[in-house]
Amino acid sequence: MIQALIMDNLPALLIAVPLLGAFMTPLTGRANDTVRNIWVILISFATLTAALLLTYEVLSSGTIVYTFGTASPSLPGPPDSGGILFRIIFAVDAMSVFMAVSASIVGFAVALYSIASNSKLSGKDGYYALILLMQAGILGMVCTGDMFNFFVFLEINSLAGAVLVAYRVDKGVAVEAGLKYAVLSTLGGLMVLFAVGLFYGQYDALNMAVIADNMQYGMLDKIALVLMIAALAMKSGAVPMHFWTPDGYSMAPSSATAFLVVASQASLYGLFRILFTLFNVTLNWALAGWIIIILGVLSMFVGVTMAIPQKDVKRLMAYHAVSQTGYMLLGVGVGLAVLGDETMMNSFGMTAMEGGLFHIINHAMYKGLLFLTAGAVFYQAGTRNLNRLGGLGHHMKWTMLFFVIGALAIAGIPPFNGFASKLMIYESVFMFSPVLSVIAMVVSVLTLASFVKVFHSVFMGPKLPEYENIREVPRPMLIGMGILAFLVIIFGIFPQAVVDTLISPAAEALVDQGGYISSVLGGA
Amino acid sequence: MILQNLPYFASGIIIITGILMMITKKELIKIVMGLSLVEAGVNLFLVATGYITGSAAPIFTNADSDIMSYPVVQAMTLTNIVIGIATTALLLSFIIVIYKKYGTADVDKVRRLRG
Amino acid sequence: MSFSQTLFTGYGNWNPVFWIIGFIVALIISWLLLRRGESGCNRDTEQVKSYLSGNAEPEKGDVHIRAGNMYWGFTEALKEYYEFLVPVHTGILTDYILWFLGVMAVIMVILLGGSIL
Repeated sequence: MIQALIMDNLPALLIAVPLLGAFMTPLTGRANDTVRNIWVILISFATLTAALLLTYEVLSSGTIVYTFGTASPSLPGPPDSGGILFRIIFAVDAMSVFMAVSASIVGFAVALYSIASNSKLSGKDGYYALILLMQAGILGMVCTGDMFNFFVFLEINSLAGAVLVAYRVDKGVAVEAGLKYAVLSTLGGLMVLFAVGLFYGQYDALNMAVIADNMQYGMLDKIALVLMIAALAMKSGAVPMHFWTPDGYSMAPSSATAFLVVASQASLYGLFRILFTLFNVTLNWALAGWIIIILGVLSMFVGVTMAIPQKDVKRLMAYHAVSQTGYMLLGVGVGLAVLGDETMMNSFGMTAMEGGLFHIINHAMYKGLLFLTAGAVFYQAGTRNLNRLGGLGHHMKWTMLFFVIGALAIAGIPPFNGFASKLMIYESVFMFSPVLSVIAMVVSVLTLASFVKVFHSVFMGPKLPEYENIREVPRPMLIGMGILAFLVIIFGIFPQAVVDTLISPAAEALVDQGGYISSVLGGA
Repeated sequence: MILQNLPYFASGIIIITGILMMITKKELIKIVMGLSLVEAGVNLFLVATGYITGSAAPIFTNADSDIMSYPVVQAMTLTNIVIGIATTALLLSFIIVIYKKYGTADVDKVRRLRG
Repeated sequence: MSFSQTLFTGYGNWNPVFWIIGFIVALIISWLLLRRGESGCNRDTEQVKSYLSGNAEPEKGDVHIRAGNMYWGFTEALKEYYEFLVPVHTGILTDYILWFLGVMAVIMVILLGGSIL
């Protein structure tokens, strides 16, 4: 009976468990540090279990529509409501569940890492509460089927992220980064709300499926589309609106940075959901697709060329996060640009979209791993300045191994997972336009170059006298990094299994607007 | 036509004034004030969307007329007002800490993170 | 799930398991070649020290090349590009907001293009 209750209410549990955990964390912190650590690990493991169970349910029996407040969305509403659903629903399809799985895996690894890296610092209650709150925000953003609910979870994400960026007030520099992140996120969120207001004014509905069903591509819809594209692309760090990314990611504590990356990808999910499910073929798909492609190409190139002369490890990795976001925008943009064209879509459009989506989960893992290793180096050596580090490979062998795995994965070297998704993007984009594919490959070479620079500066070289007493980092940090490295290797050796189970259903669910509408509105 | 759409014009003017304040002012507190103005403009836009001419407040007890303005939009506006309170409080506390550590609240001088 | 997974990319196939097997075979061949080399290296004598034409070996801290000096050729060759791009990242908050609104305006002009004019 309990099991049936849990399985029926899984989408609600996915949000409720981290929220409950976040608000109970200060209470458990009053007792003891160990009690709080066990509570945090338990909550994030429970979220991971819920996400995996939900994945299994959705992949075997189709889209799950969960209504808050009543048993099913097709029950009759009040007699004067005009037949429009006023309830908030969660429409969990294959794309949502794909993002939820990647967020939960990274969340669990980050929780394991944090209990060791925070052990000597103060203010841990707030930190863990914010991490769990951000996890609830990300999971809510990807599972919801209602536009205003999406805005509310977006704001939860932005505020929790801003406070995490400014958490360690390091002579005020971190607070400056947090201020920039908060002002830009709030402005972007207000633009999203304006667009939601425009949608409501036209269609008298906030439900994504109802809006998609009645979408005519009029002037107000175009304005709302532009506001949404600009705001959500800014939240995910596309050039030329990426300036907050290096500031914010370099000043946050390292485990929080690994999680901020996942939050940016949730905004990217929002952008794809608006473009593909809300609008689909009603918009001018070639033009919109080319806008996304241009944003992607600019992000790739500017991100990696700004990364090469950097002297701060985490700032360099943050510029690489911008660059890899460009790959995702490029892949899905090519899919959007051939959306209405059947033959081109079947020959390379779906593969380009699958490459872009596969890159999302790969990026969450190897970028999370790289930020965690940078945090491990900072934990032991006390500095992030590349000009002062050196020779740490003699003392920190496991960290060096994890860094090598992450660096080879981000550069797209076989047999790691970065190579699989990048190969899909290269080959399908080549059939669309060869120039874009060449730019992508050059950017990949420059990525490898900058990570060779980081590897040499931090780990290679003779033993330096100032780092004589450095040991390896504590075990929970190694386990957290080990989980992500293990997944990087597994996704690289068995890419077809991952694409068949997770990515292909997600890409097809994204493109298929009719299927989404019919599963929510009950075949109407 | 202008009289009927007056709330929309007013909301547009408030939003543009807020954005102009955010771009041209040099003190951090005035930038946050501009952000508050933008938010007030968006709230006005949301409430104006739900109004029907000649309608009453959407409360069933002792209702004056049968036509009522949409309550969903009013709920959205209330939620946004609360989000705005939290955001403004957070931003102002950030500015206090920056003023203590940097000694200045001028946006041209708060730029230790660049390049 | 079969043993060897072949990923179908848009144009060709990629099979990581066969690649790993080939890589291991190449490693084994290179190890066999290494075994046929010289074996006269003693670890404890002077043979291990680096030879710098008779000069003294500098301090450990000076030998290590720092990150600011790497890829000097690359940044020097692209000097005009970097001198344009790095000052654009000013660090001032109002400039960030201006970029956001500017890109929004450009996208609005492109997407709304014919309908307004």
